[in-house]
This record gives sequence, C-alpha cells and structure tokens, in this order.
Amino acid sequence: MQIAATGAREQLLRMSHIEKTFRGNVVALRDLDLTVNQGDFLSLLGPSGCGKSTALRLISGLMSPTAGTIDWQGGQGDGDLGIVFQEPTLMPWAQVKDNVWLPFRLRGKPYSAVKDEVLEALKLVGLADFQNAYPRELSGGMKMRVSIARALVTRPRLILMDEPFAALDEITRHRLNNDLLALRDAIGCTVIFVTHSVFESVFLSDRIVVMAARPGRIIGEVSVDAPYPRTEAFRTSPEYAASAQEASRMLEHAMGEAA
Amino acid sequence: MSVTDPTSEPLIDAEEERRARQKQIVKIARWTLPSLVLILLIGGWQAYVTIAQVPHYILPSPLLIAQTMIADWGLLWPAMLITGRLTLLALIFAVIGGLLIAVAFTQSKWVELAMFPYAVILQVTPVVAIAPLLQIYVESAFVAALLCAWIVAFFPILSNTTIGLKSADHNLQDLFKIYGASKWQTLRYLSAPSALPFFLGGLKIAGGLALIGSVVAEFVIGRAGTGLGLASTLLEASYRFNFGRLYAALILISIMGVAIFGLMSVISHLCLFRWHESALKRED
Repeated sequence: MQIAATGAREQLLRMSHIEKTFRGNVVALRDLDLTVNQGDFLSLLGPSGCGKSTALRLISGLMSPTAGTIDWQGGQGDGDLGIVFQEPTLMPWAQVKDNVWLPFRLRGKPYSAVKDEVLEALKLVGLADFQNAYPRELSGGMKMRVSIARALVTRPRLILMDEPFAALDEITRHRLNNDLLALRDAIGCTVIFVTHSVFESVFLSDRIVVMAARPGRIIGEVSVDAPYPRTEAFRTSPEYAASAQEASRMLEHAMGEAA
Repeated sequence: MSVTDPTSEPLIDAEEERRARQKQIVKIARWTLPSLVLILLIGGWQAYVTIAQVPHYILPSPLLIAQTMIADWGLLWPAMLITGRLTLLALIFAVIGGLLIAVAFTQSKWVELAMFPYAVILQVTPVVAIAPLLQIYVESAFVAALLCAWIVAFFPILSNTTIGLKSADHNLQDLFKIYGASKWQTLRYLSAPSALPFFLGGLKIAGGLALIGSVVAEFVIGRAGTGLGLASTLLEASYRFNFGRLYAALILISIMGVAIFGLMSVISHLCLFRWHESALKRED
C-alpha cells in the first residue's frame, strides 16, 4: 500500500482537549490536543510520568478521559486497532498460530476461515516456520514478532505500540526497528509508538511528539522528513543527527521545565 | 587467528564426561535406593519379630501380613473397592463443586464477599465433628461418608482455582478487553488456562485429602455397624486384635494413596508438559 506524503494525509483520529486525572488528583494529562493522520508513524517521546502510556490507553479505549473527546474518522470499526505491549503478552499455553488467531477468534471466526490471514501475518514477521511452536520455545525478539503479527493480523487502521522493544538487546532492537518499517511499508497502517529513546523515535517516525511530565502534556513536535524506506544508512546520515539533536533539545527542555 | 574446523571430532572434556556419568548413576539410584531401603526394612522387621519372638498381636511379621493379605483377600478387595469408590466420587464432586464455586466467586465479587467466609468455616471445622451429625441427617452411610470426604477435599480446589482464575496476565486481560471479548470468552480462553496449573496443584492435594476424608468418615460412620470399606475393616481388625489384617488394610490404604497421587501427577503432567514452566526439564 502506498503511504501518502505527510502533507496530504487524511485525518484518522483526533484527540481534543483531553484531560485525565487519576484518583488523588494526580493530573496525568492536561489539555492534550493531537491529530493523527492516516499513514503517520507518530512517536510519543517523553520522560517517564509524562502520560504517554496513558494517552495510548485512552486511544485504545481501556480508559476514558476525564474530559475531552477522541474521534475516529468514520467511527472505529471492528479490528481497526492493534496493540503491542512492552512485553510480548502471549498466551503461553497456545501455539504461535493460535496466539495470532486470537483477535479473530474473539470475534467468533473459526481458524479455518482466517488461516490464510494468520499465516500471512506470520510470514510478514518472518516466523512462518514457527506457527506450531509454543512461546517458551522462542527468543525474546521472536516473541515480540509474534506479538506484532497478532496486532496486524486484522489489518487494523491503527497500531498502538507501547515501548515494544525497550526490554530487548540493542542488536535485536535494531533489527526489529528495520523490520517494523518494512512491515509498515507492506501494509501501510498508521502507527503510534511510545518510546523514551530519542534515536529509536527518529529512526522510525515521521512525526515525533515530545511530551513533558507533571502535568503530562505535549510541548512540541519534530518532523523527520527523511523518506521511507529507511535503511541502516539512515542511522549515520546528517538528517538523522539533525533530527535527533532537535528532539533531544526539546526533550531536555521538557525535563528542565519539570525539574 | 586460528579457525576451528567444524568437521573435526568435538573434544570431550573430563568434566562433561563426569557429569554425564553422574547423571546415569542418579538415574539408576532413583529406583534402586528406595527398593534397597524397602528390602532392608522388611528384612530387619522380619528378623526382629522372629528373634525377639514378638507376639503377633503386638507386631505381626511381614510374612504374617502377606499371608493375611492373601487369606483375607476376599474380604479386603471388596472393602478396597468401596473405599476407592468413596474416594474417587468425593474427588470428582470436589472438582465439580470447587470449580463451580471458584467460577462463581471470580465472576461476581458479591458472591465471593458473601460466601467465602462460609467456605472457610466449612474447611476449618474438623470433619470428625461434622460426621456424627451427617450420620443423623443422612440415611445412607455411604452418602454421609461421601459428604464428609467431599467437605475435606473441595477446599484446596476452590482456593487454588480462585487464585488461578484471578492470576491471568494483566496485559492479556487488557488485550481481551480491546478486542471486545465477552465474559465467557475471557473465562474460557484466558482465565481458565491461566488457572489450570493452580487447579492441578489443588487437585494433587485434594486427591490425598479425599482419601483421608473417606478414611475418617469410615472410622466415624462405619462404627455404627454399617461396615463400609478398608478403614472400617481396619478398625474392626484392631478391636479383634487381628493385627495381621490391620496391617494388610493399612498397606492397601497407603497403596491407594500413592496410586491417587501418581494418577494426579500424570494428569497434571499431561495437561502442562507442553507449555508450563513447572513441567520443563532444564539442562543443569
């Protein structure tokens, strides 16, 4: 699927004037405004406690905002949303293919009806040969791939990723970053990616939304204009360095303000 | 820099070889050592009874016990069947009851809040104290004994399964919510498999307790002349100073206990060996 240029994208999701206050008057998010467009690879970057995971939980519907609205363009349909957590979050008692089948299974679709989609998703993450394996037989990186396959098996319009690679080693993380971009090229979905790594966010995204803590809020946005597909070479390019610097500066500003 | 030739014979170091040998020895010893202990024990017992001329109504010799076992088989075997049926039925009902109540507890917080204290009271009240009452209210001695054994056996299943049903991974719970899973789907595809290892742990305990419950029930209820299974036989034999038969019955009860434990272990292994940590062999 072709991903439109950043300027010409249609709106997918709009969060307006979102407030989220937890019990004990902890303000997790204050007056958050964010528009996500179709085809965006948007990173939420910020220190811990800035509410980036809360924002993700609000979008996923696991939590409702104290005030404000979240609107899906054309309404949110079945299977419009995929999610990847920091842990692989697989069912240890189920084989890889059954884990990937889950989103369909919960909507009453028998395995035989969606077998092709499940195998296709596994092929996309390079694990077609492991469909009958149990999670414990896989490495950390492979488990994460299964988790990604499960998130994209319904071909959602939006995939939410909550620091998915934070617990992996650097080498695996780089490979998964590359593969994630290739995947997105292949299926053309929108991604909201929560991270606290400047470099990861620059490499992956075309929009970096920088957040600050106490109260959680957006303090700025960096756009990374380098075209996709991005390869390893991008990691050493001047544009990469420039964007990383800009994001770092903004992040520093966010930290300074909070302190 | 030297490059290792992958086709050359791999070197075997002495330490690995010693470890392999050690493993082999442990494997053999696992069976031979307990057998040896058993033989020594029985031999010593027989020798002691023979040499010290201990009267059989104090301590029967192993030989006498074996003879009694054969001679009284016509009496012991039916008794064993009764105790066995009592135990298995108690266990089956304990599983059904424990599971149903656990599911009710986890599906509705209100049910749990209202009922849990009574489940605990039922558990902590000594069954020996309840048995005579049951005997009054329940006509059939078998049913009364079954109820006793059930009361003893169901609690570990209830409490383990309740914990298990609540222990599903939080992220997975979120995932199920995001995908719009119904309560039934969440129970079936998430909570139940998460609870399985806990349930099986409870089952192992309940298996042993069902037998203990049956034996206690037979002691208390069988006393009224309604002679039930092995435990009643044992009690009766003790009144008659028939210690050969007493020991024979005791040994059969032990064998049943071991058999139940073995059966539960096999069931547990079959359910878990594919995926659960507890069933995985680790290289040391």
